[in-house]
Amino acid sequence: MSSVAVAGNVRSAAALHRRSEDRIAWLLAAPAIVLLLLFVLLPVVAVIFLGFTDFELGYGKFRLVGFENYAHLLTDRTFRRSLWNTSVYTAIVAPVSIVLGLGVALLIEGEPRARGFFRTVYFLPVASLIVAMATVWQYLFHPTIGPLNALLALVGIPGPNWLGASNTVLYSLSIIGIWQSVGFNMVLFLAGLTAIPRELYAAAHVDGAKSALDRFFLVTWPMLGPTTLFVVTISITNAVKVFETVKMLTDGGPNKASEVLLFTIYQEGFVYLRVGYASAMTVVFLAILVVLMLLQYRVLDRRVHYT
Amino acid sequence: MSALSLRGLNKSFGGNAVLNGVSLDVEAGEFIALVGPSGCGKSTLLRILAGLDHADSGEIFVGGRDMSAVAAADRNIAMVFQSYALYPHLTAGQNIAVPLAMKRLSRTQRLPLVGSILPGQKEIRTGILRDVREMATVLKIDHLLDRKPGQMSGGQRQRVALARAMVRHPSIFLMDEPLSNLDANLRVHARGEIVELHRRAGVPTLYVTHDQAEALSMADRVAVMIGGNLLQLAPPEAIYNDPAHIEVARFVGQPRINIIPALAEDGRVSFEGIRLALLEKVANGQVSLGIRPEFVKLSPSGRSGLGGRIDRLEFLGSEVVAHCRLDATGDIVIAKLAPHEARDLIAGMPVGVLLLPERAMVFGPEGRRLRTASAAPARQEPAYV
Amino acid sequence: MTSIPAGRIIRFALLSLGALMILAPYIFMISTAGKTQSDIFTSSLSLIPEHFYFAENFAKALSKVPMATLLWNGVLVCGMIFFFQVLVAIPCAYAMAKLKFRAARLMMVLVMLGLLVPIHATALPLYVAFDRMSLLNSYTSLVAPFTISVFAIFMFLQFFRAMPDDLIHAARLDGMSELGIVARVIVPNAWPAVTAFAIFSVVAHWNDLYWPLIVVSKQAYATPPLGLMYFRAAEAGDDYGALMAATLIITLPLVVAFLFAQKRFVEGITMTGLKG
Repeated sequence: MSSVAVAGNVRSAAALHRRSEDRIAWLLAAPAIVLLLLFVLLPVVAVIFLGFTDFELGYGKFRLVGFENYAHLLTDRTFRRSLWNTSVYTAIVAPVSIVLGLGVALLIEGEPRARGFFRTVYFLPVASLIVAMATVWQYLFHPTIGPLNALLALVGIPGPNWLGASNTVLYSLSIIGIWQSVGFNMVLFLAGLTAIPRELYAAAHVDGAKSALDRFFLVTWPMLGPTTLFVVTISITNAVKVFETVKMLTDGGPNKASEVLLFTIYQEGFVYLRVGYASAMTVVFLAILVVLMLLQYRVLDRRVHYT
Repeated sequence: MSALSLRGLNKSFGGNAVLNGVSLDVEAGEFIALVGPSGCGKSTLLRILAGLDHADSGEIFVGGRDMSAVAAADRNIAMVFQSYALYPHLTAGQNIAVPLAMKRLSRTQRLPLVGSILPGQKEIRTGILRDVREMATVLKIDHLLDRKPGQMSGGQRQRVALARAMVRHPSIFLMDEPLSNLDANLRVHARGEIVELHRRAGVPTLYVTHDQAEALSMADRVAVMIGGNLLQLAPPEAIYNDPAHIEVARFVGQPRINIIPALAEDGRVSFEGIRLALLEKVANGQVSLGIRPEFVKLSPSGRSGLGGRIDRLEFLGSEVVAHCRLDATGDIVIAKLAPHEARDLIAGMPVGVLLLPERAMVFGPEGRRLRTASAAPARQEPAYV
Repeated sequence: MTSIPAGRIIRFALLSLGALMILAPYIFMISTAGKTQSDIFTSSLSLIPEHFYFAENFAKALSKVPMATLLWNGVLVCGMIFFFQVLVAIPCAYAMAKLKFRAARLMMVLVMLGLLVPIHATALPLYVAFDRMSLLNSYTSLVAPFTISVFAIFMFLQFFRAMPDDLIHAARLDGMSELGIVARVIVPNAWPAVTAFAIFSVVAHWNDLYWPLIVVSKQAYATPPLGLMYFRAAEAGDDYGALMAATLIITLPLVVAFLFAQKRFVEGITMTGLKG
């Protein structure tokens, strides 16, 4: 009998201990939970709700309008333009900066001496204030006094009005975007490259993979899979989030040729103060991010992790 | 003509000599174990053989052909790596197929996507698949061919690595500690298997290990390498019973050989009543006396032998290891005893320590073995008394 | 040994060419910051200014922009954000990683969801709320939304999971309370993760334009990017010499920090970049 009682005590003591540990855990996590609710979850719910209203800042009253905002989005030429421009920008910046980032990483990996120097140089834009560097780019791109067109004039090519013409502005912004993100991608790829076991390359040599290309396809590329997937997702996400350069340099112009998603949301919500309508746009923006994440986790993740 | 022959290989990294003029011949069908403590240069030697590293000087011949200018891929030397180095994104079958694909498919046929639609590659791929299956049957890994390395146990991975190395019938087989990542039971089992596979395939093998038991139990001949020098290359019994160098004697044998300082005087070595006549001329001075623990006897009465005291007794089941301190010199002498011999011993008690003089070996001041009159080479005698 | 293989030369040439393109904006920034207005208009390609005008341009930039205020605001805001982020994230991550916490799974879901939501998505309701509370143009509005970083929780969680449980068991046997363990065992051992996160956090918030642009309209609370925007829009116009000087001053702190602690920067970005 007594042994049973002791066992019961031990069990309840263990349960007590577990309960107290759980309580401490709640206490430790409480600030994070409260702030998470306050600054992430609640606002997301609010934005979804506001998307169904005609709320405008300054007017006290608002009413529910159902899918009216979304219906309006479909026909809104500015919004469609902005979605298209964001897609074009992303379609240029993400692939080019990924390929260049990988290329630079491979070149640096093989460079025995000046490796540290090159890594620093390519990474510099990541550590620089992009708003400030955008101003420098504006000067470089200046149609009359900019060095870029002066350089083109030397070889007899009439330089375009880079940021000032509606047919070149998006490409000019893309150049800045690529310049800014190559270093970031390079650093991620370098980390991925150093994580590849050296013995795999030795095995590839012994197995008869004679050319660098053979070894790239046999070892480097597949082993970089997880890194590449991550770089692709983050590059696309960052490109979709382009805002600073547009706000600083073009204000969406000329003629809405550089309207991008976040800039349009900013204009609608914080300049024209049409919060309801801007919320609907924000929901579209969030949906794009969700789709990107799902693509990463569900479809691609399984194919690049091997364990 | 030897299957593999190394001539005076030298290699140093940043001023540190890793290999000092290593020369070695592997005969056809032979299994040689290259053993030494970690950092002795054995893995470097293997990498140079495989063509992954280059020697500063020296020559390598495979079947009489000079290999110095031949790339790793063209040497037809297979290697099993310590970590197995299986490609984690490929299945076992695809892993085993890699060396064949590299050899049989052309460069364009190997390209991803493009390669699989080119004409003529289908027959080759079928051939490769057949050879992979055949190899898998030999190694009993048929059921694993569709699994990736991440889904296999250590022992299974090791077999796949072996299959990948053997599938292309290499002219030389190199193994770099292939068993060190397996647990103890599996390791003993795998030793037997590798020896069996070697006997069947007959490919000359150079097997690197730091484990002396592995080396002694598997190899036809054992090469002991210490500090970048190949100190002795001999059959296992000779390595144990007749070491050519003090470092070889120290490295091989568990518990370690007793090394006691002694004096050489006028062609004789003496230590506390032991006298050995040297067969070669040596300047008078300090030498070392080596005697394996199984040739040390203890007398509990303390009436015979050198006066000493038992520091510590280790009971190991089939044997007892006694650490004794000699009264006269303070040297520690280790004795390996049968349990019945150790029945009356307790730690701390005084004992008489008997060193069997006919089994003592003498090493010169630079470590080289010196021949003595009484201790004839023990090769013909039973190895373990 | 004297002949360098062609592959190395090509590789070096390619890398140098790329490096030059990366560095070009910096070179022109420094060069233009030292040019007179007329130099800028006539000789944009010569890198060395004809008349050294650095002092004048810098003086102009400093007189027209309250540079000290901007930099101080930047330091203050980034510092406070980082402080709160770490203060909130470390206990939470510890509870999730090392305690028997029934809500740990739910928290994990919240964290993963949170990772997905950038400030751009929550800005509208937050702006409305701050406006209602008359908190626009304050340090509170600049800092508050970033006090919770799910990224920090995620990162510390990974880091704590790799810490041996025995460390915590030993501390409990020594009689420490859970808070004591966090303060005296976990935090000191989490320094690598804390510095990596510090770099990530400071770079992100020092550079952020979106949120300050929304909640701040007075120069007194402007952060460096915002200040530069005001300066460019209002004062400078086409005075590129002064503009480049201002740009240089504002870019410098982070770039210098990067050059001094490069290894940490790269580690920090890599660590924060690669999940797991």
